[in-house]
Amino acid sequence: MSRAALKPWLLAAMCLAAAIALPFWVPTYYTQFASKALIIGMLAMALNLAVGQGGLVSLCHAAFFGLAGYVLALTSPKYDAASLLLTLPLAVLASALAALLIGALALRTRGVYFIMVTLAFGEMLYFFFHDTGVAGGSDGAFINVKPVIGIAGHQLLDLDRPLAFYFLVLGFTVAVIAILTMLARSPFGHALAAARANERRARSLGFPIFRIRLIAFTISGALAGVSGYLAAVQFGFVAPEMLGWHQSATVLVMVLIGGLQTVTGPLLGALVLIGLEEVLKANLAQWKLAEGLIVIAIVLALPNGVRQLWPMLVGPRKPQPAAPKAAPEAGHG
Amino acid sequence: MDLITFGVQLLNAIQYGMVLFLVASGLTLVFGILGVINLAHGAFYMLGAYLAYWIAAVTGNFLIAMLAGVAIAFAVGLLLENVFIRRLYGRDHLAQVLLSFGLILVIDEVREMLFGKDVHAVAPPAWLAGSIQLTDNLSYPVYRLAICVFCLAIALLIFVVITRTKIGMIVRAGAENREMIRVLGINYDSVNRYVFAIGIALAALGGIVIAPISTVFPGMGDGMLILSFVVVVLGGIGSVAGAAIGALLIGLTDTLGKVFFPSVSGILIYLLMALVLLWRPNGILGRREV
Repeated sequence: MSRAALKPWLLAAMCLAAAIALPFWVPTYYTQFASKALIIGMLAMALNLAVGQGGLVSLCHAAFFGLAGYVLALTSPKYDAASLLLTLPLAVLASALAALLIGALALRTRGVYFIMVTLAFGEMLYFFFHDTGVAGGSDGAFINVKPVIGIAGHQLLDLDRPLAFYFLVLGFTVAVIAILTMLARSPFGHALAAARANERRARSLGFPIFRIRLIAFTISGALAGVSGYLAAVQFGFVAPEMLGWHQSATVLVMVLIGGLQTVTGPLLGALVLIGLEEVLKANLAQWKLAEGLIVIAIVLALPNGVRQLWPMLVGPRKPQPAAPKAAPEAGHG
Repeated sequence: MDLITFGVQLLNAIQYGMVLFLVASGLTLVFGILGVINLAHGAFYMLGAYLAYWIAAVTGNFLIAMLAGVAIAFAVGLLLENVFIRRLYGRDHLAQVLLSFGLILVIDEVREMLFGKDVHAVAPPAWLAGSIQLTDNLSYPVYRLAICVFCLAIALLIFVVITRTKIGMIVRAGAENREMIRVLGINYDSVNRYVFAIGIALAALGGIVIAPISTVFPGMGDGMLILSFVVVVLGGIGSVAGAAIGALLIGLTDTLGKVFFPSVSGILIYLLMALVLLWRPNGILGRREV
C-alpha cells in the first residue's frame, strides 16, 4: 500500500476511536441519537451500493428497511425476548428476497422507468402492511421486549442499555463499511461500475449486466434490512411509515449530500442531514420549509454532484467525530 | 352482488379513472416533453384541492374556485419553472427526484401555513347536486357524471392540441429533437415554460374536481402521485393516449378491487403493473428508450 493510501486509514482509525469514545463523553440522549444516526447512515450506505455504484436510482429501499423491522415484530413473542441470532438472519433474508424479487422485475426497465417501478413496488409493500391487518395495520406494532444475544442460556449483551446497543450498532456499521469497501474493490464492484459508466460497452465486453445488477440490488436490499432490523430494536416499534417513499427519498438526499462516489460518504450525509433536522426542529416551527429549501439549494448549487464541493466543505476540517471513515474512494476508475 | 351495484361501481371506476387521467396526463406531459421527473406532482394535486376549498369558502361559488384555482396553479407553475425547473433540463434523474422532493417539503409547509392541517369538505355546485335516474332502478350522482364528461372534454382537447395544431407540432418535435426546434428559430424555452405550467395546472385541476366527492386533507397528494406514476408507467411515458388507457385500467382495478377483494385491493394495481411490465417493459404505448 502506498503512502498516499495510508493516510485515509489513519483518518479512519481516528474516526473509529472518536466513535468509541463518544458515548463516554456525552449524555445518554446523544448516545441514543448517535445510534439512530448510524443506523440511518447504514441504510444510506446500503442504498448507495445501488445508486452510486450501480447507477440504479431506487425509491424502494425504505421498504427493505421496514420489512426487516416487521419481521422482528412478527417473530417476537409477546412478553418474551426474541433471539437476535435467530431473528436477524431471518429479517435480512426477508429483505434480500424482497430485493431479489423487486429487482428482477424492475431491472427489466431502464432509467426513469426504474425509478418509477421501484417507487411503485415500495408502495406496494407499504400498502401491504398498511391495509391488511398484519402486525397492527396502519397503527403499527410494538416490540415489547428487545431481542437478546445469547449463547447456551448466557446473555452476552443487554440491548436495553443504550451503551451496549450503541456498540452493537457501531460494530454493524464498521462491518457494513468493510463489506461495501471490499465489494467496491472486487472485480464484481468494478463490473458494476462499468455497467453504470457505459452499459453498452460493458455488455459488449461480455459482462452479464442483468445478473450483476440484480446481485448488487439484492445485497443492497439485504444491508438495508440490517439497518431496518436495528432501527426496530432501538425504537421498539414498527409502523408502515418506515416503508413509505418519503423515507426512501430522504435517504436518497443523504446519499447525495454525502457524495455518490464513496462508500462512507452517505454515512456522513446521513449524519449531516439528521443533525440538521435535529437543529431545525428544535429552533424552527417551519423546519420542513427550511429543510426543503436546503435540499433544493444542494441540488442546484452542485450541478456536477457533491464530489466537487465536498473536499472544499469537509476536507480541510476534521471529519465528524461519529463517522468512522474507512475507505478513501470506492475504487473504480 | 347484483347488477345495479355492479353498474354503480363500474361508473365509479370510470369516473375515478378519468380524474386519474387528468393528473397523470400532466405528469406524462412534463416528463415526455421536458424530460423532468416531478415527484411534487401530487403536492400540486393537493394544493388544487385546498385552493378549491378556500376559494369556494370565500366566494361561495365552485366554478369561480375552479377557474381561479387552475389560474393560480398555472401561475405557480410558470414561476417554479423559471426559478427551479429550468435548471434541471438535461440533468440526471437523481437531481430531478431530489429537487422535486425538496419542493414537496416546501409546498407542504406553505400549505400548512396558509390553510392549516384540518380536513375539509367542499360542496359541489348546486346545479350539479343530487342524483339522476339512469335506468329504472339505477340512480347516479350528477356531479360524478359531470366529472366524466368534463375529463373526457379535457382529454379530447389535449389530444387535438397535441396532434392537430401547430403548437402541438412544435411540442412534439421539440420532445424528439430540441436543437432542431431552436435552429428553426422557435423560442423553445417559453414552450417549455408553458408545458410545465400546464402540467401543474392539470394536477391542480384533478384536485379541484375531486374535492367535492372526497375530503380535502394534507396527505391526499401522496396516494395520487403514486397512482399517477403507475398510470404513466403502464401507458408509456410521454404518451397521452397511453395515460388514458393506463388511467382507465387502474381506475377499474382499484375501484372494483376494493369491492370484490377488499383485503388485497392495495396490492392489485401493482400486480397489474408488474404483469404489464413483464409483457412490455416500456409500457403499453411506450417508445423504446427514454
